[in-house]
Amino acid sequence: MSIWELANPRRFMALSGRILPGLSWAAGLSIGIALVWGFFFTPDDYQQGSTVKILFIHVPTAFIAINAWLMMLVASLIWLIRRHHVSALAARAAAPVGAVMTVAALMTGAIWGQPMWGTWWEWDPRLTSFLILFIFYLGYIALWQAVEDPDKAADLTSVLCLVGSVFALLSRYAVLFWNQGLHQGASLSIKQEDNVADVFFYPLVLSITGFVLLFVALVLLRTRTEIRLRRVRALMLREAR
Amino acid sequence: MTGARALLGRELRLAIRSGGGAGLGLAFFLILVLLVPFGVGPSGTVLSAIAPGMLWIGALLACLLSLDRLFQADFEDGTLDILMMSRLPLEALVAIKAIAHWLTTGLPLLIAAPVLGATLHLPDAAQPWLVASLALGTPALSFIGAMGAALTLGIRRGGLLLSLLVLPLYVPTLIFGAATVSAAATGGDPLAALTFLTAITLASIAILPFAAAATLRLQLS
Repeated sequence: MSIWELANPRRFMALSGRILPGLSWAAGLSIGIALVWGFFFTPDDYQQGSTVKILFIHVPTAFIAINAWLMMLVASLIWLIRRHHVSALAARAAAPVGAVMTVAALMTGAIWGQPMWGTWWEWDPRLTSFLILFIFYLGYIALWQAVEDPDKAADLTSVLCLVGSVFALLSRYAVLFWNQGLHQGASLSIKQEDNVADVFFYPLVLSITGFVLLFVALVLLRTRTEIRLRRVRALMLREAR
Repeated sequence: MTGARALLGRELRLAIRSGGGAGLGLAFFLILVLLVPFGVGPSGTVLSAIAPGMLWIGALLACLLSLDRLFQADFEDGTLDILMMSRLPLEALVAIKAIAHWLTTGLPLLIAAPVLGATLHLPDAAQPWLVASLALGTPALSFIGAMGAALTLGIRRGGLLLSLLVLPLYVPTLIFGAATVSAAATGGDPLAALTFLTAITLASIAILPFAAAATLRLQLS
């Protein structure tokens, strides 16, 4: 089956309806296991004590916060190029999820930062970039809500997503110029030696997997809602005539 | 070319005459700078420390002030439709509108900035860099703003949304603009930040008219 067949809302509804329950269970189970594993069956860090365990929420939410925007970018491009409505609706559906994940990452970071850095908030490049990302999400959501015609709203938000991506990336590097940070380097990377220790690594990977599944499930769910809203709208327009 | 010149002349005349609000941005800039000492106290050391940032934020907000009318008035009375039918490419139209916006908001700020900088105790050494950074940076504000104005065209109370969309896009410009001035004020090397600032401006001028024109086409289709 080609992925483009999902552009047909009926096919999309059928397939997403079938996989959604399993996906939700998988997400719940992996997050549950990862958090229990991470919170109770990993040692305390020798410097950070048990505060290090917020990592198992902080890193996955931050990961989703960035990748949700990437997914929106791809979906927006698909809408602009191939005009598949499901794609535009998926981008719309992902935005609030991404925004919430951004807030979650910022808040878990603040809770960890208070005992560790001695401050809830520091104007560190990573923290600041995330705040900027959050504002991009807000603007994107606000533009969706402000434009009444659904197709035009999809067009405009897609353009905003493209332009916003360029500027978000630019801001990411501009803030490095503005302030050198406190935040540690990446917890996960291709280079093995930069990673967190193995004992934290496996529950972290499981937790990230769980959050990715959760994200996909939420986006599918919200896209289904959007499609149904469209149908209701079409029915109501037909009634009004 | 005559079309472009005529359009630029029209934009400037509209801005200067009949309450077009060309001076309004400047007055806003002045008030903002006046308010700063009330907010943070009259201490010279504090003022001179925050002067680069305040002047740049003032320029940002003053630019934002007149943005929502950039296409809106022409959109409402149908001029925009006629302009789109002319032989002038839409990209050029956007660029001319942005240039006119800069000439009526950015340029006056540039001239007023040294005076206001002096009232905020900006060190003399930083004054030329303030002017240079505004001269090379504020065109980006107008071009980015034109993009935002195209996106929010026809939205009721679009002004508020416009600021939410455009201000985050101004972040890199603000960072490099203010960094240029504060580097000069504290005896650092302002050239690095100024170079980045110029790069952003040039890229904005080169790319954003196309994005804004595409947006206008979507809006009016």
